Amino acid sequence: MVTQSITGIESAVDDVSRLAARGVTVGYGARTVIDDLDVAIPPGVITTIIGPNGCGKSTLLRTLSRLLKPTKGTVVLDGDDIVKLKTRDVAKKLGLLPQAPVAPDGLTVADLVTRGRHPHQSWLRQWSSDDAGVVERALAMTGVSDLADRPVDTLSGGQRQRVWISMTLAQGTDLLLLDEPTTYLDLAHAIDVLDLVNDLHESGCTVVMVLHDLNLATRYSDNLIVMREGSILAQGHPRDVITAELLDDAFGLRAKVIDDPVGDRPLIVPIGRTHVQLG
Amino acid sequence: MSGADVKPNGADVKPALAPGVRLGQVSFVWRPWIASVTFLLAAATFLVFCVSIAVGDFPLGLSQVIATILGRGEQVDEFVIMDLRMPRALAGLVVGIALGVSGAITQSIARNPLASPDILGITWGASAVAVFGVTVSGGTAAAVVHSVGLSAAALAGGLCTGLLVYFLAWRRGIDGFRLILIGISVSAVMEAITTWLLATADIRDVAQAQAWLVGSLDNRSWDEVHVALWGTLALLVVVSCIAFQFKPLHLGDDVAAGLGVRYSAVRAVLLLCAVLLAGVAVSAAGPVPFVALVAPQMAMRLARCPTPPMVASGMVGAVLLIGSDLVARTALPVSLPVGVVTAAIGGPFLVYLLVRANRR
Repeated sequence: MVTQSITGIESAVDDVSRLAARGVTVGYGARTVIDDLDVAIPPGVITTIIGPNGCGKSTLLRTLSRLLKPTKGTVVLDGDDIVKLKTRDVAKKLGLLPQAPVAPDGLTVADLVTRGRHPHQSWLRQWSSDDAGVVERALAMTGVSDLADRPVDTLSGGQRQRVWISMTLAQGTDLLLLDEPTTYLDLAHAIDVLDLVNDLHESGCTVVMVLHDLNLATRYSDNLIVMREGSILAQGHPRDVITAELLDDAFGLRAKVIDDPVGDRPLIVPIGRTHVQLG
Repeated sequence: MSGADVKPNGADVKPALAPGVRLGQVSFVWRPWIASVTFLLAAATFLVFCVSIAVGDFPLGLSQVIATILGRGEQVDEFVIMDLRMPRALAGLVVGIALGVSGAITQSIARNPLASPDILGITWGASAVAVFGVTVSGGTAAAVVHSVGLSAAALAGGLCTGLLVYFLAWRRGIDGFRLILIGISVSAVMEAITTWLLATADIRDVAQAQAWLVGSLDNRSWDEVHVALWGTLALLVVVSCIAFQFKPLHLGDDVAAGLGVRYSAVRAVLLLCAVLLAGVAVSAAGPVPFVALVAPQMAMRLARCPTPPMVASGMVGAVLLIGSDLVARTALPVSLPVGVVTAAIGGPFLVYLLVRANRR
């Protein structure tokens, strides 16, 4: 597999995935959500987990990011069992943006993004010129440098999400896990945020995200993981995975899959009960 | 839409980051406003501390007070200052700092300005045990309270109530709002127990218990002050060691975990410190109301921080408490307990907070 690194030089990346789940079983209390699941995240691409509500897609992302501890099986990060690593060391390799995070009122953009440096800091060394450089680059990459002095709560939803992604970038990892980064955003802002995610991918990041919108997931991912009832139904490139049969299987959705008139991916056209003229 | 003005390669736009400061191995972010507010608050704390010592039946000049504190005073002044007035002022200082820091911690953890130790049950738990100790003389429990002393028993009562609230509010994590609701409920129970104890007690004991309940710095001895002072100092050391790990918790549990913080452990240790600080304060001066609620909020507004700043909160707490004590002693012909004055300041401030929150 070939991917572009941060320096812009094409480099070969071995096929060993950096993040993988091996036989994981996860649940909340007595309720098992995911049972004996195996998955490997391919490096250097955008992987998106999709599936109907309650299928365990967020649970899988939270498990991959060590927020949830599997009752059985392991999550492997760069060859190590993630629960055996220090959570601080994991934070230096894996950036995580949870769903709909909330910043305290009045916290400025610069302050929030600065906090992304936490894993690299210590009680004595709370700030360095390295930190300043990384934070400045993270602000610039996400296009929020001009907003640095603004309180986060005064921004629009789309800007706010950019700022949170900027904080995750400031963590300095090339592995990003985003849990529904477009929640509560209108379509224009959702596209804006996903374009940004694609920029990050092109600068060398491996991205894993959960998305609700199937067409956005199809447009922006190189690898789709389709889940149903806690297990993986299909995985692969959207062109190979997205079919009318799969949509019916996974979501119980009757849909027509056509060629995207503006993209090189399939486009899902749902068929409801009304307003449809089938020829 | 916001994408139109995005400059992906806008590295030439220098964002306004706070400058860093480096002193040998130590480096931190330099925030001039917060630093100057903290410095001014430290000066204000020292000033009210000295004024508090200077004012009394035998008035002293500020210069005499400062000279004596620095160990260069005259013998007569030294007796009045060090033996008679210093314990009271020092108790005010320590209790004020403990309450301020305790409130800053609980408000930060609950992400809610109402979450002060007063509301989380700690104060009333300590009070119930103390009133029990004053009004009940028979039985094993009373014997235990009497043998460990009222202060230690009150501390234990506050600690147990705080832990009870924490465990009752725990449901796969701590939610600020649930913490407050459970705290209010448990406080109400403790208050009811206190009232019941007072209603059934001997009238002479009731007067003594009432005096304790209103919160006061009267008649502090060096022994009592020593316990509070060292207890508070030890707790502040723990708090300052862990405060750095606490910063990401303002962004929520999941974000904190993503940033490599073991948030449950950090929060549990800090909450325990907050409970103990409040307990030490209550056992030294009684349940002085509202300081722990008001001080962090005032410090936040002064320092223009989005979250309660710990150091500034402690200092505002000290200024508030010593200042209130000064007013209580001098404003009226009769000397009032300090709790009356802090309630008079804190009540309106709480109303102000609620009104502002409603209008948002």
